Amino acid sequence: MTRLSGVPLKFTFDGRELTGFLGDTLASALLANGIHQVATSIKHGRPRGIIGAGVEDSNALVQIEKPFPEPMLSATTVELYDGLEARGLRGQGRLATEPDPARYDAKHAHCDVLVIGAGPAGRAAAAAAEGRVLLVDDQPDGEAPEGVRFLSRTTAFGVYDDGFVLAVERRGEPTAPERISRQRIWRIRAKRIVIATGAHERPIVFPDNDRPGIMLAGAARTYLNRYGVLAGQRVVVFTTNDSALDAASELAAAGAEIVRIVDAREGYGVIGTDGGSHVTAAHVAKLGETQGERVECDLLLVSGGWNPAVHLYSQARGTLRYAPELGAYVPAGDLPNVTVVGAAAGEGLPETKILWQVPAPESEVDTRFVDQQRDATVSDVLRATGAGLRSLEHVKRYTTIGTAHDQGKTSGMLAAGITAEALGVDLADRRPTTFRPPYTPVSFAALAGRNRGELHDPVRVTTIHPWHVEHGAEFENVGQWKRPWYYPRRGESMHDAVKRECRAARNDVALMDGSTLGKIDVQGPDAGWFLDMLYTNMMSNLRVGRIRYGVMCGVDGMVIDDGTVIRVGEERFLVTTTTGNAAKILEWMEEWLQTEWPHLRVFATSVTEHWTTIPLVGPRSREVLGRLAPDLDVSNEAFGFMTWQDAEVAGIAARVCRISFSGELAYEINVPSWHGPALWQSIVDQGATPYGTEAMHVLRAEKGYPIIGQDTDGTVTPQDLGMSWAVSKKKADFIGKRSFARAENNRPDRKHLVGLLPADPSILLPEGSQIIESEVVPEPPVRMLGHVTSSYDSAALGRTFALALVRSGRERIGETQYVPVGDEVVPVTVTESVLFDKEGARRDG
Amino acid sequence: MTVDAVHEPFRTQLTVRLRDGRSLLGVDLPGPCTFTSGNGVDILWMGPDEYLVLAEPGRQAELEAALSGECDAVVDVSAQRNVYRLSGSHDPRAKCPNDVALKRRESPADVLAHGCSIDLEVLPPGSCVQTLLARTGIVLMVREEGYTILVRQSFSDYFTAWLADASLEYVS
Repeated sequence: MTRLSGVPLKFTFDGRELTGFLGDTLASALLANGIHQVATSIKHGRPRGIIGAGVEDSNALVQIEKPFPEPMLSATTVELYDGLEARGLRGQGRLATEPDPARYDAKHAHCDVLVIGAGPAGRAAAAAAEGRVLLVDDQPDGEAPEGVRFLSRTTAFGVYDDGFVLAVERRGEPTAPERISRQRIWRIRAKRIVIATGAHERPIVFPDNDRPGIMLAGAARTYLNRYGVLAGQRVVVFTTNDSALDAASELAAAGAEIVRIVDAREGYGVIGTDGGSHVTAAHVAKLGETQGERVECDLLLVSGGWNPAVHLYSQARGTLRYAPELGAYVPAGDLPNVTVVGAAAGEGLPETKILWQVPAPESEVDTRFVDQQRDATVSDVLRATGAGLRSLEHVKRYTTIGTAHDQGKTSGMLAAGITAEALGVDLADRRPTTFRPPYTPVSFAALAGRNRGELHDPVRVTTIHPWHVEHGAEFENVGQWKRPWYYPRRGESMHDAVKRECRAARNDVALMDGSTLGKIDVQGPDAGWFLDMLYTNMMSNLRVGRIRYGVMCGVDGMVIDDGTVIRVGEERFLVTTTTGNAAKILEWMEEWLQTEWPHLRVFATSVTEHWTTIPLVGPRSREVLGRLAPDLDVSNEAFGFMTWQDAEVAGIAARVCRISFSGELAYEINVPSWHGPALWQSIVDQGATPYGTEAMHVLRAEKGYPIIGQDTDGTVTPQDLGMSWAVSKKKADFIGKRSFARAENNRPDRKHLVGLLPADPSILLPEGSQIIESEVVPEPPVRMLGHVTSSYDSAALGRTFALALVRSGRERIGETQYVPVGDEVVPVTVTESVLFDKEGARRDG
Repeated sequence: MTVDAVHEPFRTQLTVRLRDGRSLLGVDLPGPCTFTSGNGVDILWMGPDEYLVLAEPGRQAELEAALSGECDAVVDVSAQRNVYRLSGSHDPRAKCPNDVALKRRESPADVLAHGCSIDLEVLPPGSCVQTLLARTGIVLMVREEGYTILVRQSFSDYFTAWLADASLEYVS
């Protein structure tokens, strides 16, 4: 026997400094150092060792402490590396509190044939396959036939519909350069899948079957042949089949003494063990007898047969069949695009005597462990069947057997067998528990991959964004957009900045980046008819060169969006939507065009990001526009409210719309977005003050202009908003019209949008506050009149104010109502929603 | 392996809607998920009656005028999407021109595979698909010697950040 010949590696386990070799797993290195006990059990604190050599192990959970904390890894699957610090784990571990410095990523791969498992069956299948063949295997070594793409250290952990397979590749271990990902999720799309995942050895249940030094026979073989580690010197073998005999002869050849072979087929079994942190003896008896011979040993190998690794096949919805000669479930057949080969299909596995558990007398403390990680025993299974549970799935849930990190790879079949025995039923008639992804634990870090930090979710920005950043703007998230919220000057609070920005818009001249506004080009001979159907008001009679505000409702008559419609030409309109609804309204248009009115010749195209839109606002806006566009007659007579003109502004071809969302004299200047920054700078150079979304909200609220989605919630009609004027009485039909005739829509106590003025003009009502009728909050249930939708401190009004949806709100104008705020109840006066410049003289002048 | 990513600003881009027709600007219309080229323009298939005409900067007015007679609708969307060209560096070991072209596609395909679920190995030149790259929509054109990618302008910061990040491992 030779140990791994490579590089020695220093590592620490439970505080002990140890040495292993390159190519070791943590488990093989521990065994080479004579350490069998890795952990203690979660419920009873019993010493637990290494029973497997791979993903099937149920016991050897460790916490990695360094180089980076990782909880609940199986020592049998952790490749050893220099400087590794780990400790044994009793059940749960601890997550790192600091961010993981390693890189995790994902990659897509496509192939004609995906072969999972590079054992003899998998390699043969890969060699025989045609086209693009991808072979994956969870072990670090191995080789692929020529012309086959091979991913080692790669565990296929999920098989989904249509040949979609997820696999995780461990590629950066131990410590990789920062730019190399430590783990990679492969998203594989295969035309055909060959599952060659082998089989897992099954233990046998007997009293005290959980002591360190009790190991699956095949695992001992693996430690010997792959890692050059002899797991013990005095070996007892307890088996139901021939495979453990091979293990015994190989260990004997390596120098171990095989002191006893206990073959269940000859009527013998192990009925108990001695030992503390390590097994010291096995009690051997005739099956059925309770007194046995004590045989000293330091390694007890167990084999109760082999379970084909049918997990991935089962995930692919393959049905399983009980194979009595194996004592295991095997694939019942191939799926259209999934084939199972080798041991995973039950091929070549040794016939076995079926022995789930050694008959043993009932004892006070049951130490016949079925699922060692869950500390679940035969008694637990019997308690489940005694409680009347007959389905394997229910027994699993009742006992928790098979729900630990190993998902019952060693315990599931045992639990099934013991259940069937207890119920006196045939396993062929029982449906096995369902296998679900992932096949092995996968870290959230790997699944998250690069979708973290700035790549977590796209941040959408306009072309002027760098200017906003450079000038200290604070930003607000609006959907995926980042919009300037306000532009604080040095030492200025948000409150002061917003007031200053509002004053600039009301008294001087100001500009904002309105580019996120949704914009849709609608053209075609039927465009007018189409818009008449979409909006509640008439659009087809809008004259070219003019602009109209419009409201859109769903079929239920509730407002879904609003905006302006510009008539660009006889058969062409430009529609604007709210920032958050741009995509939704385009889809809304397409839905009607494609499903209801395919005969229409109308074509809708998103131009949101083609245009930079800059509202230029305030009494001095005309003067500034006039200076920037010397060829444009900006007089009120030549360029009236709700009209548009094409002109050169600051030397850039622009479309200028005279519209206002602030109630001030205002223009919206549109240029192709790559010219946005230049136009913005030119306007700023004219002395205009930039303002953000908060000031925009204050300005529009002072005018009672609702924001769809803030002042409405999908239950609000145009009439509720006081916009009956925007609902056509002339049009034969439009979306939502029919709903306006419903009794519900005409109830006098619907909630209306109104203004609220707190009696104390310095109190700012929190948005979302409820409105009640009495000065004192009564005992519940409290009748709610409505709620505050928008609330601001207004420079123009010299006080705070709010917009609110209030039951029969318009009938209550002038009344005093009450808003509980914390422990206080604030009296408020109900007003109409327009609070500033009610005549619109500023806007129209 | 290296990948060159070049932003091509100010390209002319026109959305064209045409329900019945065989050609535009003298160029055959592309079938689904392809593009055609000729007369200085690429015509990209974007939907059953929707095409995108891609041309050199400054040709908006000229092409819009030429197209207006032969289609149902034409809209200037030049600033709507940013255009990027991706190609791998020439591999001096490649012997025939086909190999050179293949190499030029292979390296960017390797980077794109981190976020694009399309099977780029088999997608022939002339293909044009609308798909997701990580978390942004893209239009992906396969050319003989690389890829042209169109990204909504507001997503282009995300796109370039993602591309730089995905390329990190391949930086030598």
